[in-house]
Amino acid sequence: MGRDLLRFATAGSVDDGKSTLVGRLLYDTKSVLADQIEAVQRASVDKGLTTPDLSLLVDGLRAEREQGITIDVAYRYFGTPTREFVLADTPGHVQYTRNTVTGASTAELAVLLVDARHGVVEQTRRHAAVLALLRVPRLVLAINKIDLVDYDQAVLEAIGKEFAGLARSLGFPDDAVVTIPVSALVGDNVVDRSAHTPWYEGPTLLGHLESVPVTGPEADAPFRLPVQYVIRPRTEELHDYRGYAGQIASGTVRPGDEVVVLPGGHRTTVASVETADGPLEAAHAGRSVTVLLTDDIDLSRGDVIAAAAAPPRVTDELDATLCWLAEKPLRPGARLLLKHGTRTTQVIVGELRDRLDTDTFAREVPDQLEINDIGRVHLRTADPLPVDDYADIRVTGGFLLIDPPTGNTLAAGLVGDPLVLVDLPSRAPSTPGP
Amino acid sequence: MTAAHTIDALDTLESEAIHIFREVAGEFDRPVILFSGGKDSTLLVHLAAKAFAPAPIPFPLLHVDTGHNYPEVIEFRDALAARLGLRLEVAHVQDWIDDGRLTERADGTRNPLQTIPLLDSIVEKKFDAVFGGGRRDEERARAKERVMSLRDAFGRWDPRKQRPELWNLYNGRHAAGEHVRVFPISNWTELDVWRYIQREGIELPSIYYSHQREVFKRDGMWLAEGPWGGPRGAEALELRTVRYRTVGDGSCTGAVESTATTLDEVIAEVTASRLTERGATRADDRMSEAAMEDRKREGYF
Repeated sequence: MGRDLLRFATAGSVDDGKSTLVGRLLYDTKSVLADQIEAVQRASVDKGLTTPDLSLLVDGLRAEREQGITIDVAYRYFGTPTREFVLADTPGHVQYTRNTVTGASTAELAVLLVDARHGVVEQTRRHAAVLALLRVPRLVLAINKIDLVDYDQAVLEAIGKEFAGLARSLGFPDDAVVTIPVSALVGDNVVDRSAHTPWYEGPTLLGHLESVPVTGPEADAPFRLPVQYVIRPRTEELHDYRGYAGQIASGTVRPGDEVVVLPGGHRTTVASVETADGPLEAAHAGRSVTVLLTDDIDLSRGDVIAAAAAPPRVTDELDATLCWLAEKPLRPGARLLLKHGTRTTQVIVGELRDRLDTDTFAREVPDQLEINDIGRVHLRTADPLPVDDYADIRVTGGFLLIDPPTGNTLAAGLVGDPLVLVDLPSRAPSTPGP
Repeated sequence: MTAAHTIDALDTLESEAIHIFREVAGEFDRPVILFSGGKDSTLLVHLAAKAFAPAPIPFPLLHVDTGHNYPEVIEFRDALAARLGLRLEVAHVQDWIDDGRLTERADGTRNPLQTIPLLDSIVEKKFDAVFGGGRRDEERARAKERVMSLRDAFGRWDPRKQRPELWNLYNGRHAAGEHVRVFPISNWTELDVWRYIQREGIELPSIYYSHQREVFKRDGMWLAEGPWGGPRGAEALELRTVRYRTVGDGSCTGAVESTATTLDEVIAEVTASRLTERGATRADDRMSEAAMEDRKREGYF
C-alpha cells in the first residue's frame, strides 16, 4: 500500500493571510522549487518588499498579482512521505460562496482561517455555514497571526471556544473540529511546532492533515454506481459483453451482490466487477470500475445501479437547497436543465421557500435568489431521478442547474436540507475598525 | 473506517482520469486526444485504453507537428497509434507556413505557431472535446484551469468566465463552434506521472532517459542541433550526457544533464530536482511572468 491522497480546501476572509499560509505549507514541505522561489523573490523586490512574499507563490493570474487578490479557486499539490495533498485554495471576498462551494464540493477537510486579532467575524460564520451545508466532513480552525497577539493563550482559547460553539450549532460533531494556533508568516505550528505556544498540545497543521482519515461517510453508505457508459467491444470472443462503466459514488460492490437498476426498477445480481487490470473481489467508493450483471436488461447512461436492500428514492419532485452561483437571478417558474449523476433532464423551478441570511442564519421568504444566495426551493423534473439526501450521500445527492441557452452552471443543488441549525448562538460582535 | 477503504493516491488519480474520459465519451460527439508522443500524452492514451477496456479507445489522436521533432519521438508516436489501432491525424505547422497562413518567427521557435493549426484542425474536423495532458502543477496559470474548460469559437480561454466545477459533475455544454478542452490528469504532479509510468510499465520514447547527445548552450539550456537554427555565434556543440524532462518544439525544449537511465533513477532525480520541469527546460515559459496565461488565452493547449 502506497501513500494515500487527501483533498482539502482553505477558506478565510481577505486579510487573514490565507495565501501566506498556503505558501508556507508549500515552502515548509519543500514543495516549492528553486525557480518558483526565485520568481517570487524577483517579484517581491519589484514590489519594494524586503522579505519574499510567500503569497505570490499562489496568485496565478496577472490581474491577481496586479491587484494583490485571488480571483478564482486555485489547486495546489504537495506531498509528504505519508500522504499526497490536493489543496483547493478558495478566495475570500469576491464571490465567496461560489468559490467556497466549488472548493468544498470535493474536500474531505476544510481549513478555515481567522485573524487572531479579530477572532470569529461575519465572514467566518458565512464560510462555516457554507462548509456545513456542503457537508465537508472535517474542519480545522487555523487562528493565524498569533505572533501579533503575543501568543496570548487566553485570547486564542477564547476564539477557539467561540468557534466550537458556532461549529456545534451548524451541526459539526465535536470530534470533527480541531483548532490550531498558527503564524503563517513566521511558521508557528504550520509544519514545525512553535516554541511560543507551550500550552498548545494539539498537532501542527501539517501533522493533523497527515493523520486525519481521507474518506468521507460515503465509504460506509449503501452502494451506488451512476452508469457513465456502456462498454460493448462487439468482437468475436466478446460478442455478448456488456459492461456498465462508472465511478462508485458510495459503498462497496462485490460479485454476487443483489442490485436494482433505477429508475427502471429491474433487480439483478452483480456477475463481476472488472477493471482493465482484471476482476476485483470488491471495489469501494471512488473507484472507477466496469460492472457486469447476470441478466441482460435494458440499461444505459444516466441509470443508477444501487444496493437492492437500500436503494435511493426515485422521484420527479425534489425539495432541495440551492447555492446560486450566477449573476442572473433565479425566479419561480424558471425552466432549466438539471444534471444529476450521469443524467441531464429538464427542470421547472417551483416555489422559492426561503433564503438563508448567512450573517444571522435567519430564513426569509425571497422574491428571487441572487448570486451567492443560499435558499430552499421546490423542483419538478421531466424524468424521474434516483436521488439520495445530500446529507447521506454527497455524490447522488448533489446536482447542477444549467442555463439552457448559454450552458453555464447556475447553481449547486443539494437534495433535501443538509444544513441543520441547532441552538444558534447570538450574532458575533462586529469586527472592530482599524 | 477500515483499511480496505484506503485507496492509494495513484489509484485515486487513475479512477478520476478514467471517470473524465468516460464522461466525455458519454456526452460528446467528436472527441480527440492531443498526442505528441511525449510522456504526458502517452499517459493519457494509456488511461483512455484502461477506461474503455476491453473495447478500443473510441477517439482518434491529433498531433500538431511543429516539424522540429526528435526522430525517436515520431517513431514512437506512430508505433503506439498503430499498436492500438487508432487513427492519427497530424497537422503540420510547415503546411501553414508554406501556404502563408503562418509566418516563421525570427527566433525560429515554432511552439507559439501551434495554436492556429490546432484551432484550424478543431474547426475543420468538427472536434467538440479536445483532451490535453496539461497538469495544474506545471504552472501558476494552469493551477486555475478547470478539468473541462470551455473555449469560444476563437479558441480563447477567459479565466474570469470559467464555470464552477462541483463534485465530479462536469458541465461540458457548448454551442456550435465552441469546444471544450479536457484535462484528465489535471490533479497529477510530475512525480505522480513518473511513479505511475513505473507502476504500469508504460513505454516512453528513449529521449526521456539518459543518452549522449551533441548539444549547445543557449539561455542556460542545452539545446540540440536542428533545423530551428543553432548553434550560432559563440555557441558550440559539445557531447553531453543528457535526458529530456519534457518534449516540445526542438527550438525551445532543453535537455538536462542526467545519468538517469532507468525509471528508478529518473524518479530519484525528479524527487531531488530543485527546478520545475517547465522552468528547467522550456524557454517559451520563461519569456514573461504571464507567458503561459497569455498563450492559453489565445487558444494554446
